[in-house]
Amino acid sequence: MAMSQIKQVVDNTLPESAVSTRNISKNYGDVEALKNLSLEFPRGQLTSLLGPSGCGKTTLLKIIAGLLEPTSGTVEVNGQTVKGPGPDRAFVFQDFALLPWATVLRNVAFGLEMRGVAKSEREAIAEKYIKEVGLAGFEQSYPHELSGGMRQRVGLARALSVDAEVLLMDEPFSAVDEQTRRKFQEDLLSLVQHENKTFIFVTHSIEEAVYVSDQIAILLPRPSRVHEIIRPSNFRSKGVDNIRRDPEYLDIVDEIWASLRTYVE
Amino acid sequence: MTLFGYRLPGMSSLIVWGLLWEIVGQSGLTFFVPPLSEVVATLFGVIGTSAFQKALAETAYAFIAGVFFAIVIGIPVGILMGKNRLLDEMLLPWVNVFLSAPLTALVPVLMVLFGFGMKSIIITTTLFGIWIIILNSRAGVKQINRSLLEMAHSFGASPMDAFFKIYFWAALPEILGGVRIGVIRAVKGVIIGQLLISIVGFGALFELYSANFLMAHFWAVLIVLFALAFSISEFLAYLERRVSYYAAKR
Repeated sequence: MAMSQIKQVVDNTLPESAVSTRNISKNYGDVEALKNLSLEFPRGQLTSLLGPSGCGKTTLLKIIAGLLEPTSGTVEVNGQTVKGPGPDRAFVFQDFALLPWATVLRNVAFGLEMRGVAKSEREAIAEKYIKEVGLAGFEQSYPHELSGGMRQRVGLARALSVDAEVLLMDEPFSAVDEQTRRKFQEDLLSLVQHENKTFIFVTHSIEEAVYVSDQIAILLPRPSRVHEIIRPSNFRSKGVDNIRRDPEYLDIVDEIWASLRTYVE
Repeated sequence: MTLFGYRLPGMSSLIVWGLLWEIVGQSGLTFFVPPLSEVVATLFGVIGTSAFQKALAETAYAFIAGVFFAIVIGIPVGILMGKNRLLDEMLLPWVNVFLSAPLTALVPVLMVLFGFGMKSIIITTTLFGIWIIILNSRAGVKQINRSLLEMAHSFGASPMDAFFKIYFWAALPEILGGVRIGVIRAVKGVIIGQLLISIVGFGALFELYSANFLMAHFWAVLIVLFALAFSISEFLAYLERRVSYYAAKR
């Protein structure tokens, strides 16, 4: 009895937080985009920010990135208060944000270039990550010669190559087609498993959030707040092919839809 | 264009116009238009003379210096205007005024301020070319994709990095378009300067030939000038095509 209780306690203990947001508020004039929002992002796991459009999920992500300043509240990464962008975080953009005049190699190495890494060294690192995301052979191609899915792989390789602890992804798969997206989602699961990084993932797709996340934060708008935090427990270990027909997966998708339904106009 | 199944090379229509010129010239309709063949013969004669080479050197010097300042000042000012709201509000009305103003009327003022020498000619050249360069650089920066700037910021780009590695390249297609038009206007500026401020360079040759009714010489120098301006413009158009692969995909 005593033993099983202890085990229970251990199981429920979250890993420590890599990122925490404390009482974040963000106002645009009179409009409250975020109000008093606090969230913990466990280290080494993927947390999704999910909610209807206008719920402030991208705003929150950009505040964590240091691209936007909160009106009040603080963001901490590894216990350090965020004052702006830093090498501990890397961003993956919805519209890829690639330099159209630069090759894939230079695009992937751009983050390292900004950090003053020598050319030969950063290109060697970039080549490694270009291979890792499956774009070997495209090093000298330009973004306009690639498909949408391949472009986002470039964006992902650029974020990985700076070796930040925290990866911030802003609806990264929303601009690619359905089949590419499924492949991306599977790749993302193995990335979370093999890279010891903390992922914060913004999406508006319920299925996508449940499929890839260790923790899902449901955000509701007007004023924006955290409605619920869901931590799926057991289907992830059953393999990527079985997730979508697992009863728990289906239940969570339904449950989230039930709570979001009234907010979608 | 194809004619009787043959593909005609570019600018074949010039042959037709050249023939027309020759016919009008041979007919002796007016002393103002000597036959093209005579003009071309004069052209080769004139090019070798020291007067022509001196004029070319003087004009090239004023032109290159004027364009240099127009570009080196115009591009950064335009980019900064596109970036900075306050600077934009301050300068944009002036840029628009000078772009459309008849700058020739300003030349006497320049003469009072800067004298009758090369300095005034160079400033005139710069004034003709710079405004469209500023305006186009500004327009290029205005259309930059916001997320490119956020991307650079998120990876820790310094303001200098952002300026030289994002703003400049993202605005380059518009900048080159502005430089091409600015350079064409600068050709106007340098000739007007040489005619009004001090009679040197090609301006002096034009004065000399037209005053003495040396029409073949006059046309010959004009053809040289047109050809130079056209070549520079085509070279810049070629540079524009070099960056067009990404111009449509920013």
